[in-house]
Amino acid sequence: MTRRTRRTETPESSAFPTRPYDLIKEATVALVLVALLTAGLAALFSSPDEQPVALGSWSRADSADFTATAVSELGGTSTTARYGPPYNHTAGAGQKIGPVGLQSLAGVRIPIDTAEDFVLQPLRRAPEPAPVTDALAGWNAASPDRQQAWTSAYSDALGTAPDGDPAQVAPGDYGPVPVLTARLLELAQSGALDGELLTEGGQFYQTDYTRPLLFLGDGSYFEGLARSRHLAGDQWGMMNETGNYPGQPWLWLYTFWYQIEPFKSSDNADALVWGLMALLSLILILIPFIPGIRSIPRWTRVHRLIWRDYYRTQQSPRRPG
Amino acid sequence: MSTDAQTPGHGWTAAVRRRLVAALPPEKLLPDSQPAFMASWVYVFGVLTVSSLAVVLVSGGLLALKGPAWWHVSAVGKYVNSLHLWSVELFMFVLVLHLWAKFFMAAWRGRRALTWMTGVVAFLTSIGTALSGYVVQQNFDSQWISDQAKDGMNAVGIGAFWNVLDFGQMLMWHTVLFPVVICLLSGWHVMLVRLRGIVPPIDAPTPGTDQVPPGQEERA
Repeated sequence: MTRRTRRTETPESSAFPTRPYDLIKEATVALVLVALLTAGLAALFSSPDEQPVALGSWSRADSADFTATAVSELGGTSTTARYGPPYNHTAGAGQKIGPVGLQSLAGVRIPIDTAEDFVLQPLRRAPEPAPVTDALAGWNAASPDRQQAWTSAYSDALGTAPDGDPAQVAPGDYGPVPVLTARLLELAQSGALDGELLTEGGQFYQTDYTRPLLFLGDGSYFEGLARSRHLAGDQWGMMNETGNYPGQPWLWLYTFWYQIEPFKSSDNADALVWGLMALLSLILILIPFIPGIRSIPRWTRVHRLIWRDYYRTQQSPRRPG
Repeated sequence: MSTDAQTPGHGWTAAVRRRLVAALPPEKLLPDSQPAFMASWVYVFGVLTVSSLAVVLVSGGLLALKGPAWWHVSAVGKYVNSLHLWSVELFMFVLVLHLWAKFFMAAWRGRRALTWMTGVVAFLTSIGTALSGYVVQQNFDSQWISDQAKDGMNAVGIGAFWNVLDFGQMLMWHTVLFPVVICLLSGWHVMLVRLRGIVPPIDAPTPGTDQVPPGQEERA
């Protein structure tokens, strides 16, 4: 028998000498140990529970950012408005892995029209003061180019106003945009917008927070809060959570790729990292069949530490003479 | 009558029973002895993983009793949520140690490839389960984590079907579908371990033969 043949054959474990073992006792001791350790850690460290950000709290804390975001939603220039699938059709949007665009292939399955869903519909569903009714009529009667010109001009004006304050915007041709966004700000500050974005479609029971979360994510206030808590993507944030808690350390490798080139600066970073992690996961699953990788344990010889008692007995007088 | 009782059973049920008992007789399913080479603290991580999973399931079940918002308004609920969090941290910690240990033991040898594969798939499923748990916390963490995670999901088309911003969908996956899959995978994995037995040391010869482990020929 060649040495190679010997290596490929693993004897049945039942052929080896045995020792007494109590499976149930071991499992019980382990369960009690883990339960006690968990109870101790929970009592000692508790768990994080920072209040969520509502559209109401955002609009009250940073009305300028809320207004600027509302203008971008109305004008179709926000991140969500230009996201592409699965929210909308946007030319050139959608990440790719090489020539493969899985994002586009999946299609638009969660349709979002930011102007209609985030601004106009909530305004129509709330009590309408006369100026708002007129503003809505004026907006609807205008051409898309005209609407675009109004939102663009008002967005620029907000950008140059002191503190982005809508009350200090220089006079200009903004059409009905200031009236619409001012009313939306009122609704948000009263807390009404949170409920309206959830119940669009007329459902009473609702558990889908896609719309309010996308709106929230389009502003800079939300990201600012996350960044101050070291949760941003370039701060290894995807594996962290608020406070001094371990978060999801098992995502370290996934998060790691976002910190280095070429992923860090790539427009397709998410798709590339996901593609890479899918490949690595597949390799991990298939290690038993991959020559070279499956031999690493033999080369590293960590196994000789794990089974040191066994190998020690094998070195003793196995073959005298 | 006594003759009927002594004849082997007929039908699908009896056939399945015969196959199950033949493959996993009681002494193999619940052994009171193990190979003598199984003498290392490394083996503890497997049973610790199963134990942690049990604590995760029980603490999650307690949270489910009172609904997803309970732990935000109750001190008892907060403690139960903390139990769930820390049991998950322990579960993932010992699971990763178990995985690394099995890698360095090349534990897929001897027709044990499926055991390795079910273990890795259970590990990957656990990561998805944990993510779905983080996005249903109903706090700032869940808002931010779901906002970040959606971009990764959307970039490869998963987000169109598995929407991390949809609290209802994530809650159902976290409390029903993922736990069922993990329990099935874990059960399958443990059954395979019992079926195939504990993997022998690398290059161990069959006891009773004159084969010598590679690297020791010069001593032989």
